[in-house]
Amino acid sequence: MTAIIATTVFGIIMMFTGLFVDNKKTVTSIAAVLFLALLGINILELSDATGPALRSMTLNMLGTANLNEGGFPQVLFNKMLRIDKLSMWFSTLMTACTCLYVLLIGKEFKKVGTHVAEYFALLFFILCGLYLLTAYNSLLILFIGIEIMSIPQYILAGSDKRNLKSSEASLKYFLMGSFSTGILLMGITLLYGAARTFNITEMVTMLHSDALNPLAIAGIIFLIVALGFKVSAAPMHTWTPDVYDGTPTPFTAFMATIVKAGIFFAFLRLFHVSLGNISDHWVMVLAIVTAATLLIGNVTAVFQQSVKRMLAYSSIAQAGFMLFSVLAVNSSLAWNGIVIYGVAYSVATIGIFAVLVKMKDYTYDGFNGLAKKHPLLAFVTTIFLFSLAGIPLTGGFMAKYYVLLAVMQQGNLMWLVLFALLMAAISVYYYFRVIIAMYFKQGDPELTSEVTTTDKILLIATAIIVLLIGVLPQLFLLQP
Amino acid sequence: MILLLLILIPLITGAFSFAVKGDAAKALALISTIATLGLSAYVSAGNFSAPMSFDQEWIPLLGTRFSLMADGMSSMLCLLTGIVMMVVMIAQINKDVENPGSFYGLMLLSQAGLMGVFLASDALLFYVFWELALIPVYFLCSQWGGEKRIPVTFKFFIYTFVGSLMMLSALIYLSLQTPGANSYSWASITHAGAALPADKQQWLFWLIFIAFAIKMPIFPFHTWQPDAYEQSPTPVTIILSALMVKMGLYAILRWLMPTLPAGVAYWSDVVVVLSVIGIVYASCIAIVQTDIKRLIAYSSIAHMGLMCATAFAHNGVGMHGVMVQMFNHGINITGMWLIVSMIEQRWGTRDMTKLGGMASSAPQMAIAFVIISLANIALPLTNGFIGEFMMFNGLFGGMISNHTVMTVLAGLGIILGAVYTLNMIQKTAYGEKTTMVMAKDLALNEYVGLAVVITLIVFLGVYPKPLLDLTAGVAQMIVK
Repeated sequence: MTAIIATTVFGIIMMFTGLFVDNKKTVTSIAAVLFLALLGINILELSDATGPALRSMTLNMLGTANLNEGGFPQVLFNKMLRIDKLSMWFSTLMTACTCLYVLLIGKEFKKVGTHVAEYFALLFFILCGLYLLTAYNSLLILFIGIEIMSIPQYILAGSDKRNLKSSEASLKYFLMGSFSTGILLMGITLLYGAARTFNITEMVTMLHSDALNPLAIAGIIFLIVALGFKVSAAPMHTWTPDVYDGTPTPFTAFMATIVKAGIFFAFLRLFHVSLGNISDHWVMVLAIVTAATLLIGNVTAVFQQSVKRMLAYSSIAQAGFMLFSVLAVNSSLAWNGIVIYGVAYSVATIGIFAVLVKMKDYTYDGFNGLAKKHPLLAFVTTIFLFSLAGIPLTGGFMAKYYVLLAVMQQGNLMWLVLFALLMAAISVYYYFRVIIAMYFKQGDPELTSEVTTTDKILLIATAIIVLLIGVLPQLFLLQP
Repeated sequence: MILLLLILIPLITGAFSFAVKGDAAKALALISTIATLGLSAYVSAGNFSAPMSFDQEWIPLLGTRFSLMADGMSSMLCLLTGIVMMVVMIAQINKDVENPGSFYGLMLLSQAGLMGVFLASDALLFYVFWELALIPVYFLCSQWGGEKRIPVTFKFFIYTFVGSLMMLSALIYLSLQTPGANSYSWASITHAGAALPADKQQWLFWLIFIAFAIKMPIFPFHTWQPDAYEQSPTPVTIILSALMVKMGLYAILRWLMPTLPAGVAYWSDVVVVLSVIGIVYASCIAIVQTDIKRLIAYSSIAHMGLMCATAFAHNGVGMHGVMVQMFNHGINITGMWLIVSMIEQRWGTRDMTKLGGMASSAPQMAIAFVIISLANIALPLTNGFIGEFMMFNGLFGGMISNHTVMTVLAGLGIILGAVYTLNMIQKTAYGEKTTMVMAKDLALNEYVGLAVVITLIVFLGVYPKPLLDLTAGVAQMIVK
């Protein structure tokens, strides 16, 4: 809970910083410090080091009581929020990814526009939405969380005001996003009609597989559509390439990674906790959505000429793999799967974007000969691409491995597993095109900014994290 | 611990080599391969009633352990890897490559991968090494290869990657069948696989077999191979043809046969037919080749086809012959490639129509070439004879339908092999002196490299007992 409050407070502090501090470098440094502080708060809350003192202080301030006295799970606000150890672990990891993101890409914000402090403030608000999404226990909080997360994103998408593509992205995202929010609300209402409660844990007792109210089925379909839109699952994916391409590159990196992982966690929470018992009613629908997502994401990515657009389609393809964890209702590994996938995918993608923002030319040809000129950039990019392609010893392999294992445990979906593997093989094609361009083609790639020593150290650290997830995944999972 | 060193020495020196410049990298690689050879010789001289092993906890969550084991077959292949890599490095002494640090680093990394594949007794660890061996080779071919290297290597990579992914899905499936659904050790995987009903084994068979068939390669999965051999720089061609193809065969013997006995029994007729088609087809194509490198590539398909057919004939003598031939083929083909690269280096072409008269300008080289070629067509008193004799013996007495027809057809391979090999010798070593007028005979390092190869050819041809003793136990165990 402390972390949720801290994000909003830090967000407001950032906005005031924008008022009083002119130097953009100082603003970036303040933001970095605040994000690290947020990570610290998360870790403290997770480890319960300051324990009761911190918690009771927060709760007293809010005038609410933890229904489950002491430790996890914290059940708050009339059971609207249920912060368990796993959700806290996941938010901590996502915060850590955000810190990495801010350190790597934060100083590129000034290229987008003048309101650097506001951009950071918006990031804090998005994180606040993410925390709510990992810990919601009521469908209303799910809705609020998604809105808190989405609105700052609409702004960030359009932050490069003079660029027509950015404005287009913002408008498109906003229109389609509000539309899907409507569908989400409709789904929640229908589900409420069937279950007579918003509470996702109490809902379980109201929904029975053999005598299921048709309202519930309609509600589930609406929810699949709405959440599928947010995670860009086909056929609700059409906004993704344009929005990711039009959004200023530093913000695409955030939208495509941490935000997406967060919504997936919420997706999983709803479908496993409250709808897990009636999974035979929706697993097939979601399996078809997954297959379509994998197909469209991977096949379309092959035909892209710009690396940034390729990454947009690749994010659709990766969403297909993350959907696997939602499918695996009966598996004990689904939660671990989404945690490890979320982290591995986020870290690797942030790494690639950190290199991409430095490039002048986003096409494949723009990467020609990068290995000769900047061997380090090329090397770390190769590791990140390996991870996305799922080559062993990188995080992406472990992530794909976990979700595939989870679906196999679920049973009956072997066709989807084999299909996904075929698609993974296709993905090698477009990821390796970048490697081929960097290493085996001649060219003179231009960078927009210097690669400083700090950049190098951070990129190497990111690459090491990617490898560490691949070799010792247990470090990134909550020990039982 | 010694087994771990077999992997660690090339891995660490390989990683270190990237930082080294010029001739120092060459020296480092040579020292590293000699050290590895010494260790693998020590391992092969061991006592196999209690095979050397190494076992360490790795990812407990996934039930995978870092466990290595060296029985007769494993240690024989480690020894082969050690010898071949050392010979390659000796041959490289008087050659210059661009960017030697990376070149030798990647060579050593692939050696580490190969050692791991041959030693791993945990399925997931095996998979990881399987990929680790492939990736350095991909970079080696793409960077230092011939004109068409990029598309050719890419095709090679995609082919093998698709195969690996299919294998991975089968391995995950098998591990879910183990007690507690959570183990990858050789013992539990084979036990779980063998306990599966026959129809499950039959389709799992293809998932695993295709991965290995692509690597060997078996008709019709061989199309990547001639191009890849032709375009790769010779040291890499040696790794590919002498060592990496053995990975496929080794994996069939070590993993596929004990794991899915019913599947193997059901499909062995089909595999034998495919292999025999491959033998005849590749031999016929080899006859019309004018490029020596392509000729040897096709001859290698024919040899691998014979080994694969015999392995699936499931006969004690034949299986023993396959093991012996794995070693001998590795030695012989290394010698062939060494000569080819010397020819190419001296006379700038590999086209047989433009070559001739090597015997008068470089007599030592011609003698070596003739000896190695004779071993390649399995003349008695060369090492090729003993293995091929046992294999035909086994194929004839094998548990397959139409074994007489199959043996006769496979026997055509020997005759056709003699046709193209002798034709090649005649056109290059003898024949008219057209372009091969000026030539230096063997340099000292070339002399040493070829001497190692020829000594082994003659020694194992006359006295094959050490090799036979080394693998007798494993051959019996597989057939039983």
